[in-house]
Amino acid sequence: MPVTMPRQSPLRGAHEALGARFTTFGGWEMPVEYGTIRAEHAAVREAAGKFDVSHMGQLVVTGPDAGALTDRLVTCDVGSMAEGDARYGLITDEAGVILDDTIVYRRAGDYLVIPNAGHDAEMADRWTTHRDAWGLDAAVENATESLAMVAVQGPDAAALVGEAADEAATNLTHMHATATTVAGVEGFVARTGYTGEDGFEVVCPAADAETVWAAFDCQPCGLGARDTLRTEMGYLLSGQDFDPETEPRNPYEADVAFAVALDTEFVGRDALAAVAEGGVDERFVGLVLDERGVPRHGYDVTDPDGRSIGHVTSGTMSPTLGEPIGLGYVEAAAAEPGTDVRVVIRDDPKRATVRATPFIT
Amino acid sequence: MSYDIPDDRRYVASHEWVRVDDGTARLGISDFAQDELGDVVFVELPAPGDALARNEAFGVVESIKAVSDLYAPVSGTVTAVNESLEQQPELVNESPYDEGWLLELELADPAEVEELLTAEAYRTQTG
Repeated sequence: MPVTMPRQSPLRGAHEALGARFTTFGGWEMPVEYGTIRAEHAAVREAAGKFDVSHMGQLVVTGPDAGALTDRLVTCDVGSMAEGDARYGLITDEAGVILDDTIVYRRAGDYLVIPNAGHDAEMADRWTTHRDAWGLDAAVENATESLAMVAVQGPDAAALVGEAADEAATNLTHMHATATTVAGVEGFVARTGYTGEDGFEVVCPAADAETVWAAFDCQPCGLGARDTLRTEMGYLLSGQDFDPETEPRNPYEADVAFAVALDTEFVGRDALAAVAEGGVDERFVGLVLDERGVPRHGYDVTDPDGRSIGHVTSGTMSPTLGEPIGLGYVEAAAAEPGTDVRVVIRDDPKRATVRATPFIT
Repeated sequence: MSYDIPDDRRYVASHEWVRVDDGTARLGISDFAQDELGDVVFVELPAPGDALARNEAFGVVESIKAVSDLYAPVSGTVTAVNESLEQQPELVNESPYDEGWLLELELADPAEVEELLTAEAYRTQTG
């Protein structure tokens, strides 16, 4: 069996100096926590936290057909994006199954596509093979190793970014981005995030990552808090809440139909038009446990009589609510908020209720 | 990082501790174990009267990031469980050797305790 060394962020040394504990995720060794997940989570909800998200993929697509190529590979309407727009979309196969989710940024001279950790090479290959098949004029660079990305999230994020960056950054509205200077570093700042709070994501050269990281004086946060924060919002995690091999789902099942523009041409469009017409058998929902315990990935969901109706894909003890929350797929008939269900934890059915997401307001 | 490993009790490689007073054994998890787990959010324990067999899983401790089985360092019958943990599972983090204890056992065979790791031996193992 080939042994692959985990990939390292350019901020590895900074994390070690902060006493981070590491975990391997998507082929990257990244901080899971610096102190406690609970404290990091609370900092983001109440003040601000910073995350090293350099494990996210970075594809830079240039050339006259860069927009057309990206539009045909992503479910959202890339063609209507103006410079400075950021848009969430899915990358689906011909059958409409989600391969990955992404944010596409239209920049001054290119498109920046952000696949999930470990999907960068696969997506770079997908872009180049389709470019060739379609005879389009575009260049695709996998810039994941040469760029770093730092997220600053929380109600105080705008003040922190205001101190470190040009005014252009704090003037951004949600889902917009601009090239700007951060702590003297030429970077690209977006008002986006994965926490449900106001926040920014800063892309910069890997060589300048430490300067940008140090520019934000707030709680460093690891993947542990990133996961609890996104779970409270009901945001999908690639490879867990959907995965072409282990959890094949289309955007209608996964409750992200808002990111599907059926009036555009993209791989999977025809299959998804049929799904939109015919409906789905299972739907992605929130679950709250009404007994003690913690819902976890893979647990069975049943009706009150014990008949299996779905399963949990993500779960945690919500640090904000102090309640056990989960995400998962259940039969469409059981997907209505308020539905009484059971989550089976170590052979023990625990009472649970289907809840609309986000869990917090 | 150095962990607190008091000398007044015995340990097992799976990071549980046992402290015996007048034939009653109190069980918990070590400072190292709570630190590895991170924020403990849920503890599942047997009920008084249940029998525990040495080296068998008897419960579960869950943190935000992990689910970990608890193993019985010794055999016996449960006489008490720490009911504070139902509302305050974080006591396992804050006070793993005192307020965060898990349960008490009437030992089936007190000699089993002598076979467990001393604090010094456990220190060597986790060091």
